[in-house]
Amino acid sequence: MGIFQYDFMVLGLLAAVFVGLAAPVVGTFIVQRRLALLGDGIGHIALTGVALGFLTGTAPVLTAVVVATLGAVAIEMVRARGRTSGDVALALLFYGGIAGGVLLIYLSPGQSNSTLTSYLFGSISTVAAQDVWVIGGLAAAVLGVVAIFGRELFVLCQDEEVARASGLPVRFLSLLLAVTAALTVVIAMRVVGLLLVSALMVVPVATSQQIMRSFRGTMVLATALGVVATVGGLTSAFYIDVPPGSAIVLIALAGFVLSLAIGRFVRRSRTWESTS
Amino acid sequence: MSAAFTMAGGEVALDGRPILRGVDLSVGEGEFLVVLGANGSGKSTLVRALLGLVPLSGGSVRLYGTPPAKFREWRRIGYVPQRLSIGGGVPATVREVVSSGRIARRGRFRRTGAADRRAVADALDAVGLADRAAYPVHALSGGQQQRVLIARALAGEPDAFVMDEPTAGVDADSQRLLAATLAGLRERGKTVVLVAHELGPLEPLITRAIVLRGGRVAYDGAPPAAVEAGVGAGGHVHAHAHAHAHSGPLNGWPDVIGSRSSAGEAGAAGEA
Repeated sequence: MGIFQYDFMVLGLLAAVFVGLAAPVVGTFIVQRRLALLGDGIGHIALTGVALGFLTGTAPVLTAVVVATLGAVAIEMVRARGRTSGDVALALLFYGGIAGGVLLIYLSPGQSNSTLTSYLFGSISTVAAQDVWVIGGLAAAVLGVVAIFGRELFVLCQDEEVARASGLPVRFLSLLLAVTAALTVVIAMRVVGLLLVSALMVVPVATSQQIMRSFRGTMVLATALGVVATVGGLTSAFYIDVPPGSAIVLIALAGFVLSLAIGRFVRRSRTWESTS
Repeated sequence: MSAAFTMAGGEVALDGRPILRGVDLSVGEGEFLVVLGANGSGKSTLVRALLGLVPLSGGSVRLYGTPPAKFREWRRIGYVPQRLSIGGGVPATVREVVSSGRIARRGRFRRTGAADRRAVADALDAVGLADRAAYPVHALSGGQQQRVLIARALAGEPDAFVMDEPTAGVDADSQRLLAATLAGLRERGKTVVLVAHELGPLEPLITRAIVLRGGRVAYDGAPPAAVEAGVGAGGHVHAHAHAHAHSGPLNGWPDVIGSRSSAGEAGAAGEA
């Protein structure tokens, strides 16, 4: 019972469920597209957005959405241009994002790097009712995008040339995926922090793909694992006083290690089945 | 005869290196064209350029009379890439991959209907993978993966197939199965453009062959078997336009004096 007596925990748990649902859904496409680090890149850039919010007296979530989206579009354009210098260009964006954030927060009256810390590592216990509305709305938007465009994104992430030869709007879908990832990063930043955002997009998917055999199944299990990790991490943080963001990610990682063993066992028994 | 694919003076350069150097090609509806040539002769680039997947540095391409950028009837095209891309390793079942071949036929908001299910089931049957539908594609052999890719194209029920080495690394059984599938397509009047290293059991299906050498069309005409059997069609050896047989691109192909007018027409370019 105890945990629900506190409003901040109820709000935090709601936010955790939204994030646990949305991040692995987008993550499944991102991982298949070999863009596992996209979330990290966007996370770094979003920090500048957060600081911009403090500097201009706007809600940091809003400025983070804007800057993260612009950053995601920039990353996608660099990626689409070709691979030769792409990773260096991305690295430049990442460093620029962090450095810009630190500089802007220094310029903001009454703020310091400790303000940023709560965004870098998450501060789910300070989530307000209004934040939960925003997070819930963004999560619904993310899930809506996948519901509508999921089939097309599946083809895009399998093979871009096949997508093109099927007449799919490849550039639009690529940007859509990048922007959806940016929204997810902003949703998740209050829960696990910008530095660990990507973990929620990648780790449950990596875990799930050890065990499942279908794309849809991988996504569904990853979502379940995501919710277990966020809710489990937050709950354990409440009872044993550890930082929630790291508890969430460590639970997700523990799941991955466990899945390696299960996956090996499952595969072995299948091989045995097919040869007998 | 209207053309499914046309390339006029097609040139492609990758990183400044010319891959295709002035290719003229017109593939009529219902033709079964095989693209032959050594490694690096530009076969794969040619078929991908025909679909607008590789940008041209010169010349033009048309799909059913329309440039690729303006082409809207992609449901008429079934593209079979060289291999299944593994991507980031998220599993997908045979059925999921084959079903995705319906994408050009489906509206964004339309739910999966009976026609979709039937087309997918038929495609799986055609390549003999109906009993593997629930398997993850990465657990299949190379030949089976190749069949999945073909089934994906079949599921879209296109008019024209473009296949990039569907027989590469495929065992003899899979090759025979593939030949049977392709024979069915030919019977139904589908257009097929197929890149191949060796013909094997596909040989009797082919109505026309081109040979690429150094990014140019070096031969365009009847397939080797037809020519050897003396069946009235003739090829056109470009590099040696009017020379005789044994200097041709494929040793032993006699340069029979062509009686089929289209062979000469299609080959007008690339002429040295």
